[in-house]
Amino acid sequence: MSQPMTYADRPWLDPEAEPFIKVQSVSKHFGDFTAVDSVDLDIYKGELFCLLGGSGCGKSTLLRMLAGFETPSSGSIVIDGANMNHVPPYERPVNMMFQSYALFPHMTVESNVAYGLKRDGIAKAEIDRQVEEMLTMVELTQFRKRKPHQLSGGQRQRVALARSLIKQPKVLLLDEPLAALDKRLREQTQFELMNIQDKVGVTFVVVTHDQEEAMTLSTRIAVMDAGRFMQIGTPTEIYEFPTSRLVANFIGNANMFEGRITENGQDHVIVQSKQPECRIYIDHGLSIQEGTRVWVALRPEKIRISKQAPDNDGFNMIKGMVDDIGYLGGTSTYRIKIDGDRIVEITSPNQARPKDGNPPIDWDEEVYLSWDASSSVVLTK
Amino acid sequence: MSAPAEAMAPALRHRLSLLLQRNWRSLVLFVPFFWLLLFFLAPFFIVLKISFAGSVIASPPFTSMIEWVDEGVMHIRVVTDNYAYLWEDDLYVKTYLNSLKISSISTILCLLIGYPMAYAIVRSSHTTKHILLMLIILPFWTSFLLRVYAWMGLLADQGTINGLLISLGIIDEPLRMLYTEFAVYVGIVYTYVPFMILPLYANMEKLDWALLEAAADLGARPMTTFFTVTLPMTLPGVLAGSLLVFIPATGEYVIPDLLGGGNVLMIGRVLYNEFNANIDWPVASAVAIALLLLLVLPMMLYQHIQGKETENA
Repeated sequence: MSQPMTYADRPWLDPEAEPFIKVQSVSKHFGDFTAVDSVDLDIYKGELFCLLGGSGCGKSTLLRMLAGFETPSSGSIVIDGANMNHVPPYERPVNMMFQSYALFPHMTVESNVAYGLKRDGIAKAEIDRQVEEMLTMVELTQFRKRKPHQLSGGQRQRVALARSLIKQPKVLLLDEPLAALDKRLREQTQFELMNIQDKVGVTFVVVTHDQEEAMTLSTRIAVMDAGRFMQIGTPTEIYEFPTSRLVANFIGNANMFEGRITENGQDHVIVQSKQPECRIYIDHGLSIQEGTRVWVALRPEKIRISKQAPDNDGFNMIKGMVDDIGYLGGTSTYRIKIDGDRIVEITSPNQARPKDGNPPIDWDEEVYLSWDASSSVVLTK
Repeated sequence: MSAPAEAMAPALRHRLSLLLQRNWRSLVLFVPFFWLLLFFLAPFFIVLKISFAGSVIASPPFTSMIEWVDEGVMHIRVVTDNYAYLWEDDLYVKTYLNSLKISSISTILCLLIGYPMAYAIVRSSHTTKHILLMLIILPFWTSFLLRVYAWMGLLADQGTINGLLISLGIIDEPLRMLYTEFAVYVGIVYTYVPFMILPLYANMEKLDWALLEAAADLGARPMTTFFTVTLPMTLPGVLAGSLLVFIPATGEYVIPDLLGGGNVLMIGRVLYNEFNANIDWPVASAVAIALLLLLVLPMMLYQHIQGKETENA
């Protein structure tokens, strides 16, 4: 290691760092239903942490427990060193931006933003100054006298953000912050949100079901399913090194080849896949016994497609037929039929221009698929 | 039948159906309007006319407004004495004021009882909610009169409540409850509380509970949340319920008559006395018209709020 490692951007790697939010074996039951099932989670100061999962996975319940709207059935939540279990929402150092924004419809933009400060009994002049500052930051100064129903979706979202940030919370909780916006606005707002987080330095905890949103926004992601964390890691870790088929399929697309380990060497592993019939060479060793049933996940963009057979010594290649082509401009998605019924998906950049109107690879053509020894991920669950 | 007439028939039928199609909306509206015209406005104008007549011992017991003298000369006689009489005799002014006092206090009591009930119903689970709503409506299944008589039995000197209190040794002498203002309040609040709960329920059902969480999240204690968010948001329901209680309670006759006896003066009883005991139809009509005027203002206010609410939704 030539240069000293710094933890400034990756506090979770620092063994000395004290987590800002500590969720310790927290469960939440609603009657017979277990929404959150004994989870542990450490979030560090300044992180933009995403809880990602499908509906009913428990991500919102966990967020609501952080806000204080739900009490954990067991376990404890500690924020900045203080146990929050019996602290009501109005005494917690956190604020929340609601999915529906929950703006007070009978109040103006100004009064909505000032609401939190008024509750603290701050002098009017000081409130006015801070409201002004906040409205300037979210570029809503000219809308201060409007009621929420007179604003567009994007403007409402910014009012909600201003209202939840004005009390300078230690943690800002965001429940599907971009779900109600249309696609263009959503992309724009993603970056605005990141800029604002950078500026105010508040720890953000975001709940979302949108994996793209989670990937762009967060420092780390926790993928949730059935009340448990499937994996916690940086966007790259989760995308490139998923630890389960569920995570691999939930974040992006993955082709899954089922097989058995036939050779487990020091620096390589060979997996024999049945369907499609192929031998997969992986360039690192694994602590898995030979003969174990495994799944090899391959991202669509990690597979090369060619008309000539690649020189791979019979490893990491399959022959198939083009079943479908989705032309997306910059890239194309190919669906390749293998052994008659198995479909493998590939995305490939469109580097070459079509000649004489014919694409380089056409429907019903026979093609070879190949990938590098470092491209695949072996999963046991 | 001539040939051209037969040829006309389909064309006519076609035109008629076109007319119907174009005007079916107005036709649909016409029926209820006609109903109101016939059974509300017409009687109203008759009462209005009688209120400007003089009283005579005859049948009907009032003078006619239009009289024909000699050779087709028409006399129109308008008597305003009845209204002047209402103003001069302080019995009427007192009764009006007492009616307004009783209905105002009853409205506030209904609100104090109904608001938490409506809130609790809205906040309960789906099945409980339906059972509770059912219980609110249940009393309407029995006759209103019967229920008031039941209260007489409960409140009387030898009634259930006094009997129970005496047998428990809490009191020695029966408490005088029946034929007091207290009994009238009990009767009115009991009868009208569903009219408060139902519009409040309808309003609270639409309330976005995330707003209350947002208020708590921003540091508002439960009381502050109630006064800054819940109450302003449910104000249309409060006003609708209050008017639905206040307006009929002001003109209430049965409850003050049966539970208040002769001790509680309310305008409904005075009205009844003028018609039936005194057989003074013109004064009775004037009392009725004055009552109507007294209530038109809150009714218009109610309409205005309703209109505003639909506009916002």
